[in-house]
Amino acid sequence: MQNLTPDERGVDALSGKRHQRVSLGGDSAKTSTTHIYWLLAATEFRRFSTYRLAILAGVVTQSVFGFIRVSVLFAAISAAGGTLVGYDQRSAATYVWLGQALLAPVALFGWMEVADRVSSGEIAVDFARPVDTQLAWWARDLGRACFQLLSRGLPPLLIGALTIGLALPQSWTAYPLGLLSLVLAVSISFTVRFLVNLIAFWTFDVRGFVGLYIVLAGPLCGLFVPVHLFPEWLQIMAYATPFPSMLQSPIDVLSGYVLDLAALAVVGAQLAWLVALVGLARLVQWRAAHRLVVQGG
Amino acid sequence: MYRTIIGSRVRSQLAYRTSFCLNIATSVAVGVVEFIELFAIMANIKVFGGLDFRQVAFVFALANAGWALAEVIFGQLDIMPTYLRLGRLEVLLVRPMPLMLQLITSDFQLRRLGRLALGMLIIIVVLPGLNLNYTPATVYLLVITPLTGAAIYAAFFVTAGGLQFFLIDGAEFTSAFVYGGSYAGQLPGSVLITPVRLLFTFVFPATVTAYLPALLIMDLPGAEYLPAWLGWCAPVFAAWAWLLAWLAWRTGIRHFTGAGG
Repeated sequence: MQNLTPDERGVDALSGKRHQRVSLGGDSAKTSTTHIYWLLAATEFRRFSTYRLAILAGVVTQSVFGFIRVSVLFAAISAAGGTLVGYDQRSAATYVWLGQALLAPVALFGWMEVADRVSSGEIAVDFARPVDTQLAWWARDLGRACFQLLSRGLPPLLIGALTIGLALPQSWTAYPLGLLSLVLAVSISFTVRFLVNLIAFWTFDVRGFVGLYIVLAGPLCGLFVPVHLFPEWLQIMAYATPFPSMLQSPIDVLSGYVLDLAALAVVGAQLAWLVALVGLARLVQWRAAHRLVVQGG
Repeated sequence: MYRTIIGSRVRSQLAYRTSFCLNIATSVAVGVVEFIELFAIMANIKVFGGLDFRQVAFVFALANAGWALAEVIFGQLDIMPTYLRLGRLEVLLVRPMPLMLQLITSDFQLRRLGRLALGMLIIIVVLPGLNLNYTPATVYLLVITPLTGAAIYAAFFVTAGGLQFFLIDGAEFTSAFVYGGSYAGQLPGSVLITPVRLLFTFVFPATVTAYLPALLIMDLPGAEYLPAWLGWCAPVFAAWAWLLAWLAWRTGIRHFTGAGG
């Protein structure tokens, strides 16, 4: 076991075999557990890098949508006389291309892997593993997001920069804060999707709920129209959900739409959402695990 | 025989009432959400691409009606990549019935009618406020536009289906013109930046599905590269889209060699 290459260890961790180093007590167990989450993330990174043509297809499609979205905002801004709620053409283009870039990493599309494991009963095996189920999926999701940011995120951003032109933030602090905001956004998105998946413990078919998530998440996170452009009642509705924290927030911080204290406030709000949602997910997962035992799964 | 098959599909969908209603509701919700996005933009400005809110809503609704009709019949072609990957297409090919007919009847998506109803509803609500001049030409356009629109969007679905034979893993490529076309089609064509405008008019004629005929109906002038009279040519554009679709589908089928499924 000690002589495995990192690759083999990753596979071993995924296949769920009890890892000898994990079962050791004390300090070494602690370090290798963190190591396992790291390996899970790295394995997921590699898993998503398998389908090259699919990546290219995604980039092309997201770019076409980017150009349509840029059109819409440009027309709205010129109709408003040059600026619209703080957006001029350049900052609107930045908003659109950052949105297209972050779309895949923050996974606004449906995700049912956990729900599928619940309906097939495999979730019982997951619960029995020496790693925490929720943390393991979280680590994997971060690995996925990291790969998709590089492969599906950066190319549309580059295409936007070369064709339409982007605005750079006015302060260097936007970059580190933006990165933090992005990690929080992916984590919030993961936790919400994980919660939706956990519904599978209570109903037979979660497809409808996943559909509802997709329908709500797109507009409320500010995918097509910035949340700042919403009429007031719709803004209040949007900010009552975690969705703006998944896309609008990292875009605002990365693009420098909000700076300094305002940016810190946005990141703080994301952190608050994450803590609340992780707590909720813990609770739901705990209840779900009890149900599973009751059913004898 | 086709009537029997289609009838059986329709009955099977109606069998589970709750599930069917939920599906219809989702289909309506998608349309409502897209409409609210347009509304969010219009809340900040009076005129969008030369049209006021009512006129923008009218274009949106016309495009939605056409799109929904196309989706009911041809939306099923969206799962072509799955058919190809699982080797289910071979089974269909050996049956004594045209492939396309088998595919489109395999899951007649009645739930998409929800979207059609939404389009009709918006049209009925905004129509009185548009102060139209009801000549025979206007009435003709009002009737024919959802149909040519449906024909054009349907051609997108078939083109995509044909291309899937070559793309396999790259299935998402086709979303660029199928769903991109649907998005561009429900906007006033005048807002699109020039390359997008040309792509979605003269290659994939999405602006012809609603915006151009709507200009004729409302008696408004067009935009650069989009003169209103092009709206009269909607059937020609539909024929062009179907030519593309036929070529893509035919080459796709001939290219297909199966995998011994």
